[in-house]
Amino acid sequence: MSSAAETIAADFDAIDEPLETQMTLSMGPQHPSTHGVLRLDLRLDGELVVKAIPDIGYLHTGMEKLFEYKKYQQGIVITDRMDYLNPLGNNLAYVMAAEKLLQLEIPERAQVVRVLMCELQRIASHMVWLGTHCLDIGAMSVFFYCFRQREKILNLIEAASGGRMTPSYFRIGGLMMDLPAGFDRRVRQFMDDFPEAMDTFNTLVTGNRIWQSRTKDIGYISKEDAISWGLTGPCLRASGVDLDLRRDNPYTGYETYDFDIPVETGGDVWARFMVRMRELEESYKIVRQALERLKPGPIKADAPKVVLPDRDDMRKHMDSLIHHFLIVAEGFNVPPGEVYHAIEASKGELGVYMKSNGGPKPERVHFRGPSFVNLAALPVMSEGEMVADVVAIIGSLDIVLGEIDR
Amino acid sequence: MTEKLHEFVESLKSANPEWVGDVKDALGEVTVTVPREHIFAACEFLRDSLGFDMLADLCGGDRGPEEDPRFEVNYHLFSTTHHKRLRLKVLLSEDDPKVESVTSLWKTADWHERETYDLVGVVFENHPDLRRILLPSDFDGHALRKDYPLRGYEPYSMN
Repeated sequence: MSSAAETIAADFDAIDEPLETQMTLSMGPQHPSTHGVLRLDLRLDGELVVKAIPDIGYLHTGMEKLFEYKKYQQGIVITDRMDYLNPLGNNLAYVMAAEKLLQLEIPERAQVVRVLMCELQRIASHMVWLGTHCLDIGAMSVFFYCFRQREKILNLIEAASGGRMTPSYFRIGGLMMDLPAGFDRRVRQFMDDFPEAMDTFNTLVTGNRIWQSRTKDIGYISKEDAISWGLTGPCLRASGVDLDLRRDNPYTGYETYDFDIPVETGGDVWARFMVRMRELEESYKIVRQALERLKPGPIKADAPKVVLPDRDDMRKHMDSLIHHFLIVAEGFNVPPGEVYHAIEASKGELGVYMKSNGGPKPERVHFRGPSFVNLAALPVMSEGEMVADVVAIIGSLDIVLGEIDR
Repeated sequence: MTEKLHEFVESLKSANPEWVGDVKDALGEVTVTVPREHIFAACEFLRDSLGFDMLADLCGGDRGPEEDPRFEVNYHLFSTTHHKRLRLKVLLSEDDPKVESVTSLWKTADWHERETYDLVGVVFENHPDLRRILLPSDFDGHALRKDYPLRGYEPYSMN
């Protein structure tokens, strides 16, 4: 060997030696793949993550404080802004907690519409997850296919409620208004095209060998750890725990729908990916069934002191006008008590703790956001992995910072 | 609907009658008030013997400056096997708002307790890393207390 080659070999040996010091890398809060304003304090040994410390709060807007200063019906619009990819799920959790305190009976049609809209919203939320998750790992084109599908759902939500990302469609005691004429036809049109889109995603991503090698055996969390860290939703089911609140603590009549709970045992990014992909198909099945059940009927509970009357009634009946005035001007009193209501949102268990002391404003509203709890487990999954894999793990957790910081 | 939950409360009582204070059954949910010094032991028993393996939520609340005890901490336990929920409540006085941390039982309590400390000002003893989580570390006061004004005492500046 010549002396020059020996020098180069010696140089390479030096590079292979571990670094004497660890490097601290501040990832975020403006990093595009942290899905918002999340900052990660990464302690690195070369490219390996030794310690990861999430730093949150950049988007804190004091929503829980604000709820205490707003009437019950005014709180609904605040919930839209929390998990902005799943606003109908937030609406549902909030109004159901209030309905539990008021002990209202919700009519059949309103229940079916709630299930229908929530499952459409779940598909939309998972579309953003899939698009951004792929974008983070480097598959750019999937993003456009996903957002095309999401756009169709947002148009449906806009047709029903008037808002695309802030619908506030569910109200305490029922719905804001009935579905527009021809809505079921538009949903069916979307549903007819959706399986083809799923095939596209499976071709582009699921069968892709690069995708598989980037996700398999990355970000592992065991079943025991997942429960201890309080993971819920797809992240928990990917670790082999068969738990879905739609089946186990049913609400709005989910127990009468026929659907499966996808469970994977891998506990890695790939397992979480597969759970969500299969969940899309289950949501598709539920939407189909909800469409079949859509029968004409009342959309508001029979509680004139809580639910706003119809415009037509107000013109004809004096008492409706009085109720309308009182609800808008003073709000309605909610009996004292406290409830915790949890629903299966697109990201996991979305729980609302609501406490009333009898007035028109809640004494305390607390949101248990699934993203908040799932993000706390990020250090367990990412320690020992490469920096590039941290991006994949964040994507697989499907976090929304609006809900984490509240 | 809540018979099963009352069975859990009974077995909690038979394990140690001091753990169970007031028991309230309302709106399909059972709330057990646990004395502050027994919360860790009661949680440990519920987790190990009665299958409440998940802490779904932990949140604090301020009942108002004129109330005594002023603060409360709610533990929403959940089971991944029998799917029941139970709420434990700890009441804390204003002079000594301290309670034992349950982080060693459920790791998820870490962030929930930090949030409660940050917004309500309840101190969790033996917590591994009790820092503010949502508000900046130099923030003055606890925002979710009833006597904290909605807009704060003065405009917050980053300096």
